[in-house]
Amino acid sequence: MGAIFKREFKAYFTSPVGFAILFLFFFFSGIFFSVYFRSGSPDLSGIFSTMFYIVMMIIPVLTMRLFSEDKRQKTDQLLLTAPVKLPSIVLGKYLAALAVFALTVGIMVVYQIVVAFFIAPDWLVFLGNFLGLLLFGMALISVGVFVSALTESQVVAALGCFVVELVLILVDVIAGMFSTMSLPYKVLNWLSVYNRYTSFTYGTMDYANVFFFLSVSFVFLFLTALVIDRRRYA
Amino acid sequence: MIEVKNLVKKYGSHTAVKGVSFTVGDGEIVGFLGPNGAGKSTTMNMITGYLSATAGSASINGYDILEQPEQAKRHIGYLPEQPPLFLDMTVREYLNFVYDLKKTRLPRTPHLAEIVRLVKVEGVYNRLIRNLSKGYRQRVGIAQALVGNPDVLILDEPTVGLDPQQIIEIRNLIAQLGRSHTVILSSHILSEIQAVCERIIIINQGYQIADDTAAGLSARLSDDHSVTLRIVAPPREAKAMLEGLPGVLSVQVTGLQGAATEFKVEPEGPVELNRQIAERAIAKRWPILEMTSRELTLEDIYIRLVNDDPKKLAMNQPAVGEAEAKAAEEPAEQPAAEESTTEAVEAAESAEPTEATETTQPDEAQKEE
Repeated sequence: MGAIFKREFKAYFTSPVGFAILFLFFFFSGIFFSVYFRSGSPDLSGIFSTMFYIVMMIIPVLTMRLFSEDKRQKTDQLLLTAPVKLPSIVLGKYLAALAVFALTVGIMVVYQIVVAFFIAPDWLVFLGNFLGLLLFGMALISVGVFVSALTESQVVAALGCFVVELVLILVDVIAGMFSTMSLPYKVLNWLSVYNRYTSFTYGTMDYANVFFFLSVSFVFLFLTALVIDRRRYA
Repeated sequence: MIEVKNLVKKYGSHTAVKGVSFTVGDGEIVGFLGPNGAGKSTTMNMITGYLSATAGSASINGYDILEQPEQAKRHIGYLPEQPPLFLDMTVREYLNFVYDLKKTRLPRTPHLAEIVRLVKVEGVYNRLIRNLSKGYRQRVGIAQALVGNPDVLILDEPTVGLDPQQIIEIRNLIAQLGRSHTVILSSHILSEIQAVCERIIIINQGYQIADDTAAGLSARLSDDHSVTLRIVAPPREAKAMLEGLPGVLSVQVTGLQGAATEFKVEPEGPVELNRQIAERAIAKRWPILEMTSRELTLEDIYIRLVNDDPKKLAMNQPAVGEAEAKAAEEPAEQPAAEESTTEAVEAAESAEPTEATETTQPDEAQKEE
């Protein structure tokens, strides 16, 4: 697992992909930060909630290569015939993507420190926000990893992941069409990633949400391993 | 030690490999021959655990590739058809990655240095694999297989894309490795197989149609056992001598060249005549100028086998008998393994060896035909 993690993490920065992701996130969060900073509020929660869409943009780019490229270049033959368990391979790649993601959103820590020079922020609120962003990222990355395992093409993997994300956004739109007491609303609302994520930015720490994101990550990583294992029987 | 028992691979309704069985002992080099699409790569992919077999089993040093994949894979160095290279890494980074991936315990620097020296990639060690020529990529692929010093090497067309000089180098390397490793080698180049391998397995359309030494195959397939002899001797006396040999069917004089006479000696069956002829001639002090018995080249053998109907040639699997005995001996120990072997036995027991695969799923086999 360590070897795969190291290789994948490095691969992000031997190609422009890693830098592109860093740039995208730094650029947008930077704009929002400078606007908020002028307003004089020490609370970055507003930035965190707008980052929802930026994260949705970068995740497909982050995960598209992971398994699809191995399949195309046949390097999966090396990984799958090495004395390594399949879950380690999946986890190694997943953690590499997650590490790059953590590095990217780590800029938020820098913003908060900058703010702290002027006004004392509520670090607990920040921590909740940051944790929410990481959990949200974890879940989406696992979805991206799964989609990447389904195809040989990076483009298809990225688009596939993006489509899943669009569906996740649509869930909220469709939920709005039902009355708040109806069953479809309740189901869709339960599925709403947006609500679950923004709940962190309101300063609430709901363990159900933590558990939701962790479960989604687990389920999709499990499915990824399953898909790769099944492929051997194809 | 590689043990392959009745491997079958189906892709939907297409059966790519139809019952391949063989055992490769320690330190043996076996050549894997067959036309494109015969099922060579698929078989190798099943042995290495990249694909799983529809039926049958493969084990490396006693570890079943599906039951105990990690132990089995630890003993395998695999060079697939397309070398599994990460183009964005340098050779150094790549080999270090493979070293970590295989959890190698040998001292890193000397071990990698030795491999690099063996496959001769020192000159490109710090270059990106993306920028290497095909020949160098192939060598890096071989290097990758050698990392961790596995005792079983499975090489799928290792010399493809190399120039003649490199081919000879790699061939020598494989021969050298063969002294301490168990090697399966596939190739299109027959002379290469003949130069390196003691034993040859030929598959065609998924059927295993031969498993023998080149000499053995030649003897089995050749229907021309005649000996051509050019000898300086009184023709009549020599003819009488030749006709007097045991097992000789006919003797013809095919030419006269000065003092020498040319004979064609036809034996009754595959009898070794050369030695007897030589002994008699020496006793009579008749100089032998030429004595040749026509032997099939590997090319002849290959063309003959591959152009024949593979179903007719498909081998009776000797390994099945062993599997049967083994399954009977240790029924409790490996219930899962037993299941697969008995399956193989059942398949093979249904009389016709060629129908071994068809019995498992008759519908699909019929479609094949």
